[in-house]
Amino acid sequence: MSGNAIYFTKDHEWLKVEGDEATVGITDHAQQALGDITFVDLPKIGKVVNAHDPLLVVESVKAASDVYAPVPGTVSAVNEKLATFPELINQAAYAEGWICKFKPFTLAVNDLMTAEQYKVFLQEN
Amino acid sequence: MASMHKTALYERHVQLGARMVDFSGWYMPVQYDGILAEHHRTRADVSLFDTCHMGRFRVTGPGSLEALNRLLTTDLPAMQDGQCKYGFLLREDGGILDDLITYRFNAEDWMIVVNAGTQDKDRTWIQGRLPAGVAFTDASLTMAKMDVQGPNALACVSQICGVDVESLGYFRFRTFDYGGVAVVSRTGYTGEKGVELYVEATRIVELWNGFLAAGVRPAGLGARDTLRLEAGLPLYGHELSEAVTPVEASMMRYLTKTSPYVGRDAVLRHQAKGPEKVLVGFEIEGRQSARAGQSVMYRGRQVGTVTSGSFGPTLQRVVGFASLENGCAAVGARVQVDTGRTMLEAVIVKPPFYKAG
Repeated sequence: MSGNAIYFTKDHEWLKVEGDEATVGITDHAQQALGDITFVDLPKIGKVVNAHDPLLVVESVKAASDVYAPVPGTVSAVNEKLATFPELINQAAYAEGWICKFKPFTLAVNDLMTAEQYKVFLQEN
Repeated sequence: MASMHKTALYERHVQLGARMVDFSGWYMPVQYDGILAEHHRTRADVSLFDTCHMGRFRVTGPGSLEALNRLLTTDLPAMQDGQCKYGFLLREDGGILDDLITYRFNAEDWMIVVNAGTQDKDRTWIQGRLPAGVAFTDASLTMAKMDVQGPNALACVSQICGVDVESLGYFRFRTFDYGGVAVVSRTGYTGEKGVELYVEATRIVELWNGFLAAGVRPAGLGARDTLRLEAGLPLYGHELSEAVTPVEASMMRYLTKTSPYVGRDAVLRHQAKGPEKVLVGFEIEGRQSARAGQSVMYRGRQVGTVTSGSFGPTLQRVVGFASLENGCAAVGARVQVDTGRTMLEAVIVKPPFYKAG
């Protein structure tokens, strides 16, 4: 895995790799399932996590849900706009609704899925 | 598992693309196009709510007033015909079996509207305590119910139902003809102007469609919950339950001083002794919500539990109810809510959190 690519997890996060940095968000399927998002607990820059560690929390009207780290790495930037406009995730989950940027230690995590594989995964679950 | 119930409007919800959930054994719409949009539309304009899942009982015949007076905490003798009133059904020990609204048609004709999840036990409880000669009818299946709520609700209902509701006082009702005797009351569960409508079950889909055709949009249980919470209204199963008395629920204003209702002695003893816990309102600046079941801390010690909490879409801050140790929770006191992930700073406030302008 290298170059500009977008990957998906079974926990419904997406990871877009550009050079040595990756952008993380939740998938359109995830935002639809959560409903209106009212709060995003943005992680601290510099936070170090392993793959599948809780990375941050998004809250909808009805519930709080963990977002997990797709790969191990260090948080390098966060989408500050979400503090005031968490609905950006509902409106554009793959664009303005990105959540944080990440310096991955490795992309060699064997359960990342391509867009095609994620589509099949959604159909099967 | 018992089979799930469907309201007469179930097919309409599915056609409208609603997200259906299990609410107290009923398939109910939690949202159609989004809780926030439905919430804001109710505050700014008008929304329809399917409330067919709630129980509707009729109690009629000579002796009805005296019989109900021994069961409900409401001051029934003081009510006028055409008036409805909020109150409770209590156990002998004062535990709250249900919160309900009682409609007085006349001293020998009453309607009691109860919660969905409690209607079976309520029915058994009430029916088993009525004397011979007083008739009990469960009208839940024959008479359907929907709510129309929002600043434009009254004008809308007057036009579509052909009945003047704009001159109707708060917590007053009147009957009108809609393929049979229908009832409209100036009540609701949103903190906005609005009505609750009761019509023949065979006519509810037609009436619902009439509102939709006039451009009125439906709202689901998600918005119903944020609306009632902002308005400071309790929800059975959260703020109220058999485990608490009206003293602990801080609801003594809904208990008549004169009627000999079941549970009265226990409640008065509880009040004299002083409750160990009381229900309070709280606010949290910001968007991160406290949720039901989370611990409330005061000076480093757990003093209670959140019963309901949510981001209030109109208020743009978090509001909720908590059951706290009596005495530590004066209005203005600062407490913390432990979400399991973080500590939220909350302030005790007196509900309602929101009042219609």
